[in-house]
Amino acid sequence: MTENRDITIETAEAAQERAAATPAGEDKSRPTSPVCGHKCKFITRNVNVFYGEKQAIFDVSLDIPDRSVMALIGPSGCGKSTYLRCLNRMNDLIDICRVEGTFLLDGEDIYSGDIDPVLLRARVGMVFQKPNPFPKSIYENVAYGPRIHGLARDKTELDEIVETSLRKAALWDEVKDRLDAPGTGLSGGQQQRLCIARAIATRPEVILMDEPASALDPIATARIEELIDELKENYCIVIVTHSMQQAARVSDRTAFFHLGRLIEEGPTEQIFTAPREKQTQDYITGRYG
Amino acid sequence: MILLATLLVLAVAAVGWWLARKRAREIELRSSGHHDRLHSRPVYHGLYVAIWTGVPALLLLLLWVAIQGPLLDALLLASLPQDVVQGLDENARAVLLNEIKTRAAGNPLPGEPAPYVAEAVRRLLRWRAIANMAALALSLAVALAGMAFAWRRLSPTFRARRAVERAFTWLMLVCASIAILTTVGIVLSLIFETMRFFTMVPLTEFVFGLRWEPQIAIRPDQVASSGAFGMIPVFAGTLLISAIALGFAVPVGLLSAIYLVEYASSRFRAFAKPLLEFLAGIPTVVYGFFAILTVAPAIKHFGDALGIPTAPNSALAAGLVMGIMLIPFISSLSDDALAAVPNALREGSIGLGATRAETIRYVLLPAALPGIMAGVLLAASRAIGETMIVVMAAGIIATLTLNPFEAVTTVTVQIVTLLIGDTEFDNPKTLAAFALGFVLFLITLALNMLSMHIVRKYREQYD
Repeated sequence: MTENRDITIETAEAAQERAAATPAGEDKSRPTSPVCGHKCKFITRNVNVFYGEKQAIFDVSLDIPDRSVMALIGPSGCGKSTYLRCLNRMNDLIDICRVEGTFLLDGEDIYSGDIDPVLLRARVGMVFQKPNPFPKSIYENVAYGPRIHGLARDKTELDEIVETSLRKAALWDEVKDRLDAPGTGLSGGQQQRLCIARAIATRPEVILMDEPASALDPIATARIEELIDELKENYCIVIVTHSMQQAARVSDRTAFFHLGRLIEEGPTEQIFTAPREKQTQDYITGRYG
Repeated sequence: MILLATLLVLAVAAVGWWLARKRAREIELRSSGHHDRLHSRPVYHGLYVAIWTGVPALLLLLLWVAIQGPLLDALLLASLPQDVVQGLDENARAVLLNEIKTRAAGNPLPGEPAPYVAEAVRRLLRWRAIANMAALALSLAVALAGMAFAWRRLSPTFRARRAVERAFTWLMLVCASIAILTTVGIVLSLIFETMRFFTMVPLTEFVFGLRWEPQIAIRPDQVASSGAFGMIPVFAGTLLISAIALGFAVPVGLLSAIYLVEYASSRFRAFAKPLLEFLAGIPTVVYGFFAILTVAPAIKHFGDALGIPTAPNSALAAGLVMGIMLIPFISSLSDDALAAVPNALREGSIGLGATRAETIRYVLLPAALPGIMAGVLLAASRAIGETMIVVMAAGIIATLTLNPFEAVTTVTVQIVTLLIGDTEFDNPKTLAAFALGFVLFLITLALNMLSMHIVRKYREQYD
């Protein structure tokens, strides 16, 4: 992916126009996020998602800046997880799910026929709500992605990838002496960090996190949040969370979803201190529960 | 008469139930506050009285039925003239008793009965009438006594529910022990006959012998083989046919399960899965027809075309048809095992950019392997114990071979042939069937225990 042109400031409307005007895939430009100054990783426009007859997401347009954390918040069933799963085409697995709209990853339409969803998911990794380590050893869990994508030429390189990934996930010191132990034997928080290490090992550009700490205790949650803070130096992170404190703590920008619509998006500080919309204010002050 | 007594006891119990419930309802209606409220609902008081009325009386009748026959036999023998009984051995006494009972039942026998027999017939009929009346009277008395006992306890404070629940716990325990005791009984009878076999044929010959020629003469004037009881060729035949069956059923069943769980559309699955399980409902005798009429001739044709000498009842034909029978077994158990793998693992793998095939190969199959293995082992024990297909499609002669185009025999086929026709239970030929059955039982028991062990381990895996 070439990064030849830099457009310093572009409004969402302009990006939308451009996305609509130029055929998908030809657009190589990456607009800079108007707030944090980083480039936009994802540009999504007019997203509609249907489960059979039922529409789950209505006309959502959202830009996600690179090397930062974007939090998606909103009450249950508001479509934030559905939106997240569109970003690496996990919704393809659901027969009755239909996705409309434009999704540009580095300016490239990820729903075009040229993109192999399998390769896309290697670039856009995912961490799930419930820790889901494979019933294999800790080492094999992390080596899984590099193996299937052929990222290591030999055992030494693979060992290196495993170690680096576990270090980045802040798990190395706890497991370095028992890499052959089953990953399912770790504690919940360790399992979730193992899943993050597993996602990092495939060298993704984006990491999607679907309520990564909702099944963990407060201490494990704090560790995951610390980790997210470190990871955003190198990755674009999109996190769905139910906890508004968590969104406030870890994210740079926050998007509030309600009933399948994007109500408001902006810098986290502004969303939590001076929301423009009344619905957002009701939600963050706890009036939706 | 016993039947009448049973019905009467049941009727009394029903009346007891109705009366007690009615009485308990009256008490309930009269109650004014918390202090004299009925502890148990009226229906429990009814059940309590019914149980006390019915159960002891029915148990008494059961005991009566068990001992009346032998008791009358003993009395009858004792009442016969001493000089008649004296000279008779065990068998002749049984014959005499049989004659008396047959005449008592009014069935015609050739010849006039001896005077002491006619006398005994009259005596037997009289005694039976007395015994029946006694059974009726006694059981009714016990039923009424039980009812009276239970009735006296009926009061607001009596905890009838507890007592009824305890009675039902006992009932469940009895039901559970029926299955266990039956198994024990079957094993004991097998062991008993097998021990008798080994007093005639040495254990080492049976376990290590390479020849199986059990058709020995049971009368001196018969022409037959001298007899050899080596189980190895028979078990080799069973293993060969089972191996062919599993070699066919495991890949086909497993791949169809993978297709149904991971690839098929839900509409196809809804249609194909019941159809596949329908295969499991076909009686094995029908599979036997299929083997004889279709598969065996086709394989003979095929073998002849290749220039391989092929027996008309080749091991291959029996094994393949048995394999078809096992497909639904393996596919439905593998299907369950694959479907039980949490969806989170599937998504985790796909989310890392693995293809569907990679996900199946590296995540789903290893995770489901214990369940699949358990299914395969259960199928193996089915294959080893399967009788009808091989009786119809496999051979009778025990040949020790690995060639699937030859005819081999199996343990079950041998058991069936040994027990058909003239049999005597003091003859090694007949008793050999029990020894074979015992070894077969041990093998399938071991396989089932192994698969149960695997299943248990598998259950601990997630959570």
